Amino acid sequence: MKQNLIMSFESSCDETSVAIIKNGNKILSNVVATQIKSHQRFGGVVPEVASRHHIEEITFCIRDAMKQANVTYDDLDAVAVTYGPGLVGALLIGVTAAKTVAWAHHLPLIPVNHLAGHIYAARFIKPIVFPALALVVSGGHTELVWMPKEGEFKIMGETRDDAAGEAYDKIGRVLGINYPAGPDVDKMAAKGHDTFHFPRAMDNDDNYDFSFSGLKSAFINTVHHAHQVHKKLNHDDLATSFQDAVIDVLVDKTMRALKKHPVKQLILAGGVAANHGLRSRLEKQVDQLSGTELIKAPLKLCGDNAAMIGAAGYIFYKEGIKADASLNADPGLEFDWLPNEAK
Amino acid sequence: MKVLAIDSSNQPLSVALLDDQKILFTTTMTAHRKHARYLLPIIQDMFKKSSLTPQDLDRVVVADGPGSFTGLRIAVTTAKTLAFTLHIDLVGVSSLLDLALNVQNEGALVNPIFDARNQNLFTGLYQIKNGIPQSIIPDQHVSIDDWTEKLSKYKNQFLYVVGNADHFKSNLKHVFSDHLIVSKGINNLPQAANLGLFGENKTPVSDVNKFVPNYLRLTKAEFDWKQQHPKAANKDDQSYVNEYTAKI
Ligand SMILES: [Zn+2]
Repeated sequence: MKQNLIMSFESSCDETSVAIIKNGNKILSNVVATQIKSHQRFGGVVPEVASRHHIEEITFCIRDAMKQANVTYDDLDAVAVTYGPGLVGALLIGVTAAKTVAWAHHLPLIPVNHLAGHIYAARFIKPIVFPALALVVSGGHTELVWMPKEGEFKIMGETRDDAAGEAYDKIGRVLGINYPAGPDVDKMAAKGHDTFHFPRAMDNDDNYDFSFSGLKSAFINTVHHAHQVHKKLNHDDLATSFQDAVIDVLVDKTMRALKKHPVKQLILAGGVAANHGLRSRLEKQVDQLSGTELIKAPLKLCGDNAAMIGAAGYIFYKEGIKADASLNADPGLEFDWLPNEAK
Repeated sequence: MKVLAIDSSNQPLSVALLDDQKILFTTTMTAHRKHARYLLPIIQDMFKKSSLTPQDLDRVVVADGPGSFTGLRIAVTTAKTLAFTLHIDLVGVSSLLDLALNVQNEGALVNPIFDARNQNLFTGLYQIKNGIPQSIIPDQHVSIDDWTEKLSKYKNQFLYVVGNADHFKSNLKHVFSDHLIVSKGINNLPQAANLGLFGENKTPVSDVNKFVPNYLRLTKAEFDWKQQHPKAANKDDQSYVNEYTAKI
């Protein structure tokens, strides 16, 4: 008997990944080929290099995902793929490979928005109950997404400049930490104190948008100024001061959105969702709300991976959403905005 | 033997389906640059009209570079994934050689050219022997001055130029004068049908998984990094990628 097996592809940035997902919530395999070591040579992701690695890795990932899941093409029901947002040349490899596999084996092709994938990583913890709100924080995104029902995503707010993860990388460089700087800054932040009181941009504005470039500039100026006057600053304190400013804004805005739009679940997802400071602060705050449960994406599935694409793809598959062989990468793909009057 | 041939290494997109040296279907277009959008629908249409299924295919032949980085990756990813997923042969052919196939005069010296901008070109020199282009000077990314220098010792022979040579005609004319023969019209476009006929007799790649485009040019980031790190410069690209399994 068929059991809804989806082969999913993800290649939007610097991870090539293929997974086999059963019924949208069970991981049979989730192979990830990460290029971090390569891009560390350059201090950040170089898009052309990323594309070259994806093409090196793509069939190895398919082979290993099928081997680990112990499945054949006959067992599969559909192919799902991230088609945006992301780096266009990187997305293209996954999209092209997924289209080719789908056509070769007469399987339906399901287009998946990368952010929907991040959100559905939570599906591996428990079923999503609606309405739900998602805070998606990563190197490329900082968004609050309202989900009135299954398969529907509306942006309530997003970053107006840098993504949170991007800000971590930029201040990390100033502290001599290589990309991705998030995990190290998180560790240092656990040891220091907020002594610098960096600005909390837009924290009191009446919207759900974020801005991190002012914080990043304040941080960099502080370090440069100290350097000029030969003053040594405590790096742990710098890390705590930066991270507290980021978390304050993320959590304040999220809590405000929750009060205006009570939901059954708050989902924390994206690469920065692995940040311990953010996880524990949100836990404490959401604990005080009755009726809202916090679902954190599993640590191992916070970064980019194809399992989450398979989980989201399953939802679209059930709704009959399909793409044809002309599917193209859409680097600027976005969810619709929640209309202003509904915010 | 049923063969699918693909060349999207530059602006032209060329696809052909062959059966035992018989051309069933061939198409070449320059109307757009959206190869990612049009390649698979064209393939799909060819199979449908030929009443074939992907499972009937025996071999994929692809022009694997040099050329536009994006164009190459679309063709190579399609060809590689198809060969991998159907467990069939994969043949990679130089996209410059593919263009040289447009000249069939025995003994002719053929110079296929892709404009790589800023007075640079992707090119190589071929000679037709027994109807097949043989490489005389390897494919390379080179400045027009260096290239004309390399060609100067052939200046008393006829040179057939194919491809995107508009920018370089006067430089080549300077060396070859009346011996320069610049191709026109369709002969400047790759023909996947020729590619398929040629690729049917070539040895397939031994490991489909390791097949990548022949870019013939490093990215700027890698070039700079390798200059600064000569010791690590020859490390295999794939050694910078780690595969792991993420499960919960
Ligand atoms: Zn992501």
